[in-house]
Amino acid sequence: MGYQSVSENSHLLSRIAAGDGHGENSSYFDGWKDYDSNPFHPVSNPGGVIQMGLAENLLCLDLIKEWIKEHPEASICTEEGLNYFEAVANFQDYHGLPSFRQALARFMGKARGGRVSFNPDSIVMSGGGTGAQETLAFCLADPGDAFLVPTPYYPAFDRDFCWRTGVRLLPINCFSSNNFKLTKAALESAYETARKNNIRVKGVLMTNPSNPLGTTMDRDTLKTLLTFVNQKRIHLVCDEVFSGSVFNQADFLSVCELLDEEPSYDKSLIHIAYSLSKDLGLPGFRVGVIYSYNDTVVKCARRMSSFGLVSSQTQHLLSHMLNDDDFTSKYLAENKRRLHTRHEEFTSGLEKFGIKCLPSTAGLFIWMDLRQFLKENTENAELKLWRVIIDDVKLNISPGSSFRCTEPGWFRVCFANMDDATMHVALKRIGDFADKVKDETTQLDDATMHVALKRIGDFADKVKDETTQLQQKKRFNKKLRLSFCRINDGGITQHLMSPHLQSPRSPLVKASH
Amino acid sequence: MVVKVYKPCVPLSAIATSSTHGEDSPYFAGWRAYDEDPYDATTNPSGVIQMGLAENQVSFDLFEKYLEEHQEVSKLVNDIGGFRENALFQDYHGLNSFRKAMASFMEEIRGGKVKFDSNRIVLTAGATAANELLTFIIANPGDALLVPTPYYPGFGRDLRWRTGVNIIPVNCNSSNKFQITKQALEEAYAKAEKANLQVKGLLMTNPSNPLGTAMTRPVLEEILNFISSKNMHLISDEIYSGSVFSSEEFISIAEILEERGYADAQRVHIVYSLSKDLGLPGFRVGAIYSYNDAVVTTARRMSSFTLVSSQTQKMLSPMLSDVNFTKNYIKTNRGRLKRRYDYVVEKLRECGIECLHGNAGLFCWMNLKPLLEEATTDGELKLWETILKDLKLDISPGSSCHCTEPGWFRVCFANMSIETLDVALSRFTSFMEKRRKT
Repeated sequence: MGYQSVSENSHLLSRIAAGDGHGENSSYFDGWKDYDSNPFHPVSNPGGVIQMGLAENLLCLDLIKEWIKEHPEASICTEEGLNYFEAVANFQDYHGLPSFRQALARFMGKARGGRVSFNPDSIVMSGGGTGAQETLAFCLADPGDAFLVPTPYYPAFDRDFCWRTGVRLLPINCFSSNNFKLTKAALESAYETARKNNIRVKGVLMTNPSNPLGTTMDRDTLKTLLTFVNQKRIHLVCDEVFSGSVFNQADFLSVCELLDEEPSYDKSLIHIAYSLSKDLGLPGFRVGVIYSYNDTVVKCARRMSSFGLVSSQTQHLLSHMLNDDDFTSKYLAENKRRLHTRHEEFTSGLEKFGIKCLPSTAGLFIWMDLRQFLKENTENAELKLWRVIIDDVKLNISPGSSFRCTEPGWFRVCFANMDDATMHVALKRIGDFADKVKDETTQLDDATMHVALKRIGDFADKVKDETTQLQQKKRFNKKLRLSFCRINDGGITQHLMSPHLQSPRSPLVKASH
Repeated sequence: MVVKVYKPCVPLSAIATSSTHGEDSPYFAGWRAYDEDPYDATTNPSGVIQMGLAENQVSFDLFEKYLEEHQEVSKLVNDIGGFRENALFQDYHGLNSFRKAMASFMEEIRGGKVKFDSNRIVLTAGATAANELLTFIIANPGDALLVPTPYYPGFGRDLRWRTGVNIIPVNCNSSNKFQITKQALEEAYAKAEKANLQVKGLLMTNPSNPLGTAMTRPVLEEILNFISSKNMHLISDEIYSGSVFSSEEFISIAEILEERGYADAQRVHIVYSLSKDLGLPGFRVGAIYSYNDAVVTTARRMSSFTLVSSQTQKMLSPMLSDVNFTKNYIKTNRGRLKRRYDYVVEKLRECGIECLHGNAGLFCWMNLKPLLEEATTDGELKLWETILKDLKLDISPGSSCHCTEPGWFRVCFANMSIETLDVALSRFTSFMEKRRKT
């Protein structure tokens, strides 16, 4: 099959296709590649890379599995559920199954401790949280417009919110000096910068609980935010995808709760993005939700949902599950407990090695402070350290710069996507690494300590090509890393496979079926 | 006293406020009429019968039988290790087994005349997403795609709404059974040039919706030559390929490409879905098959916005890989559709209504030109309203499919029981009898 190679026909593609708005050239995904090519396995590959760069929740899948086994009627291919097959298979109404919308509304309300009530008619489906973000961007902003987003933020927002929409994301810088809290000054400064550059700001995009910080927004910050968007007459998109993953006794305060408290807030500005990928650990099922207090947005988003509806089979299963009050109460409570336990174990383990994390009460990750190990306070130094951690310590963690963090030295480390044993292996590796650095730096003066750190850095320099690439901000050599060539018997052909690596591969998923 | 302050609504995007979603078309107005007054044999026998929705409900029993006899499928979805893996699987390559199953099914439909490489399949949540995605990839906002008329009304939304791309129609008419001609292609291209629009591709549906006809070899060759000469892409939407009444009568663009040794194949992309042939629109299973590596790579990345549920992939993969099942399904489905089609066309003919001679799809293309008061779009819409209000039948007016010749209507027949179909046909009969008397 004599298909031509990419370079010969790339001029035939759109600007969107030919550009790198897909975001896969980020260091965020670089580590996944290393994991993919050398994945840790306790028996067959104990020296492999442990995946700590993927925010997945594996801790409570047993509860879900148990429920499914006990409810065969919720499955359309079992004896008990087969009579639903035809109706479900035929159902393509973009309103979604009414029972599904009701189930989602109930579940979302429960995750907020029953303090918020959601109207099922304002719930719109989307292709995962990814689809929800993109749809909201299409609804709220025109190409060239901007949304402000507090840093650090989830790297894939650049793709989800901007790639095909032409909308821009501009940073609202947050700093460790106040635990990365969002401030009025930061909001105003970001807005002003946009204005000076003649960029129209259409809204603010925030994640609460935060990814990557794992923190929840307090009442004052939420009020500041609401006041800000009301004053500027711009939209607020709240990604609450981790709302059911808040632990440690802290209750989650959703922006929705404040809307009722203060009637002067314009509800039509508020739009929530949600998904079952994190709280329920079901990323494969592609259940995204848009909830808007703006009826026009609901209508528009619903029309757009044709491009990313949830499979009716999945709607059917989950409507049964999430309408089961006993189950959802039990699930949410147990999920919190297990996340809390895991979080405690992990952070106290790190503490023993003198590694601090940002205090957090939510999410599937911690925001680890490795500034003490940086050779210098630069992004380059962070990325060098990160390379050492991948190559030497064999952990895929995500560098703060990939989240656009203003301060080098922070790393997001996921802890809920592995079993206890693997977590302990990871902790041991971190401990060994920290000890190694400490041994080399104990009782040394600053200059000598930097020499020691330099030696560690030089180890990373061994991988020269990659370092050069990092400095040139080219994360991939496209020819080498993205292509898997196959020579056909009938002639020479280039068969390019898009990278497996940039697509989330859970550590527990086998490579092939 | 509370002073109400009027706050102007914060503007939404231009896309959100435009009407390019297309829902104001009579195509959808008819759906709404059905929704408000749906026919039911017992509870609402005088309600509207939905003949404006191209769904295939004639072959569900084959699925149900398969699932009954293969309970291991449900075990697959619900068992221990399998469930966890499946629930976590969000890799945009899709399950290997599912992609292979799709490739095998697509080959089966084409009678084994072409081979599909499962690595070139990109999964999307339905063909709706596939067509939009391909448009994003091959065209920039402001560019144009050529689309032969009449075409599926949803293309107005799928190809244009969020992409900002224009559709330039390639006009076809009944003088040659609505076949695409070189002249029509050239005319459309020239029109685009005149309007300073860059044409990036041609999107055709084969078999055609709404015509219900499979394209012939000479026309396919003509089209391939045209797109090559103009340096553009070709999207071949083949979602009804498994609904051609007789397998010999369908020629996929893939066959022509293979015969040509895949010269220029990198321009060609095939869209497929399980919504029509298998009657599973709820499961949202669409696919793009591209001969262009860069398109495969980019499409796969874009599919992040519209992946197929892993639960659904897992359920369908054994079924679609089971060659005994698929062979039997395709054959049986084709036979049932043909019988329905022949029955409908015959009954319509008996009461004096002719249809375009079709050989595929879930609908027939009905000629009501003789009934028009005036041979205009207005005349057609008047007739359509009459049929909707008086006959309580929702059929789709040709103008909603951008047909340039007034008087044609698409009538779906595969989305109802035979009893309901008989009721619908009897309404046509009464209508025509009444007209003859007056």
